Amino acid sequence: MDSDEDMETFEVDSGNESSSDDIGFNIEDQNQNPKDRQNDIEEFVFNVLSTEEIVQHMIDCIKEVNIIVEIPATTTRILLNHFKWDKEKLMERYYDGDQEQLFAEARVINPLASRSSQQPSTSSSMSSKAKVSRRCPPNSEECEICFTLIPSNLMTGLECNHRFCTQCWCEYLTTKIMAEGMGQTIACAAHGCNILVDDATVMRLVRDPKVRLKYQHLITNSFVECNRLLRWCPSPDCNNAVKVQHVEAHPVTCKCGHRFCFACGENWHDPVRCSLLKRWIKKCDDDSETSNWIAANTKECPKCNVTIEKDGGCNHMVCKNQSCKTEFCWVCLGSWEPHGSSWYSCNRFNEEEAKEARGAQERSRAALQRYLFYCNRYMNHMQSLKFENKLYASVKEKMEEMQHHCMSWIEVQFLKKAVDILCQCRQTLMYTYVFAYYLRKNNQSTIFEDNQRDLEAATEKLSEYLERDITNENLANIKQQVQDKYRYCDLRRKKLLEHVHEGYEKESWEYMD
Amino acid sequence: MSALPRRIIKETQRLMQEPVPGISAVPDESNARYFHVIVTGPEDSPFEGGLFKLELFLPEDYPMSAPKVRFITKIYHPNIDRLGRICLDILKDKWSPALQIRTVLLSIQALLSAPNPDDPLANDVAELWKVNEVEAIRNAKEWTRKYAMEN
Repeated sequence: MDSDEDMETFEVDSGNESSSDDIGFNIEDQNQNPKDRQNDIEEFVFNVLSTEEIVQHMIDCIKEVNIIVEIPATTTRILLNHFKWDKEKLMERYYDGDQEQLFAEARVINPLASRSSQQPSTSSSMSSKAKVSRRCPPNSEECEICFTLIPSNLMTGLECNHRFCTQCWCEYLTTKIMAEGMGQTIACAAHGCNILVDDATVMRLVRDPKVRLKYQHLITNSFVECNRLLRWCPSPDCNNAVKVQHVEAHPVTCKCGHRFCFACGENWHDPVRCSLLKRWIKKCDDDSETSNWIAANTKECPKCNVTIEKDGGCNHMVCKNQSCKTEFCWVCLGSWEPHGSSWYSCNRFNEEEAKEARGAQERSRAALQRYLFYCNRYMNHMQSLKFENKLYASVKEKMEEMQHHCMSWIEVQFLKKAVDILCQCRQTLMYTYVFAYYLRKNNQSTIFEDNQRDLEAATEKLSEYLERDITNENLANIKQQVQDKYRYCDLRRKKLLEHVHEGYEKESWEYMD
Repeated sequence: MSALPRRIIKETQRLMQEPVPGISAVPDESNARYFHVIVTGPEDSPFEGGLFKLELFLPEDYPMSAPKVRFITKIYHPNIDRLGRICLDILKDKWSPALQIRTVLLSIQALLSAPNPDDPLANDVAELWKVNEVEAIRNAKEWTRKYAMEN
């Protein structure tokens, strides 16, 4: 977190320094509005943890509990995992509830009960008959898995006292870890025994470093996955996790540079909320729109219902389905026969059936058009956002050029800042179209669309300026021009988000189903 | 194929020496991991008097993973489907390497005595078993007579 905070502070500083002469436009100062959640980013505390730090954090969590509850650390881990690493919940149950039941639920033997009172459970009753009939020499036992006589000191088991030879244990654990991908939830090898194998036992019995590594990975993964305050950075090949103080839809930035929403793991998607974004992504992913396209662009044969796409101008359709071959009119879907030579009279055939077919088709065509309208704009901003990343390179050149003209490094940082803001605007715009797709029209939605239009227009101007106009401009003018433009964009972006958040608070947004 | 593990050799020996009443399991001549199984229908069940053929195969990583078992004889049972596949927890996620061929076959025999239509594999059979048990049992007896008593 420290390094991220530094970066954040640094950027703000550089902006302020270069803008000291035009206080009227200073957005950073204007937006000290408590409703402005953008500014909460600084207040939303989060840490980025590397894999090693995650393991350390896990150990710390266990220690914290163990200071109060004096049970073996391995048992504590299983208990904590059972409560999804919620210490308070565990403590509450530990001190207020039935402890026996708690241990049973978490699938561990009560470590406080004396060991002698523990009898092996009756699980292997079916095979125990066979066992009784076989006599073992002193100091050795038969392993029920490999059927071999093993010296007793090489037999081992959990607190449940189901003993097997160490080699079978190793093979059993290896299968569970490597083949079944189990970590925290591997049970005792005995039939019907659900007591969990603790991590110390696994590490004692498994020597293969590959298996041990996989096990540690599985354990860490389950720790992060079931811990509400942790989330893996979704960026590919990044092994960091982000830790927060409380769960909220807030942007967090990993050390790898990836910025995402802590609550859902998607790219930061303000102003649309996680739930709607999830619906949108699902809609874009599944092929419901393919079927919409089919509905909008094809018709079904009125007789055999085969799907037909019209590829020529003629409206006299002959179904190609060999067993059907029905002739009908593409326009009214009525039989072709009465059309004869006077095809313009086909509006005469307003049979209820044909009417209905057309109505349904128009509805799905309208729905498709509406979806495509928002989707195109969403995709377009997404695409532009990708292209804007190229701007960083060209802007860097410009910055170097300016430094050759007696400007200091700090003085030219405004150009990078401009691209940063441009990207932010693109990202916000992208998600405004998701928000708008689900929005039902009302007075507030009209204001939202006005804000969206203003931001879009301002963003396009900034984009155009940075990409083209900047090359023709006098170096001295550039700074003023760019700063004016990006400040305006930033202002519009903040206004738009502010308005949407206000709407969330006042519950003025209505959604389509 | 790799050498037969000691566990399989021993288990087969014991299975031959101390057979389970009502169950026979004989390894195939050419493949010691493949068993020809015959289970007699349990008393007081609709399968009584029937002889049910099954096949049992011990996979490469047995006993770490469960044997594969399938009914060859057609059987009318809510937890056994048309292909003879069996819905039994110890053959799936409840498998333990401490279980054996013997215990698996005993469990299958027990499943014949106590069908569980709430966890069905053959949906139509399970449905009838729930809404009209008398008719379902009649069907099971009929199938037993037809398919499991021929020879």
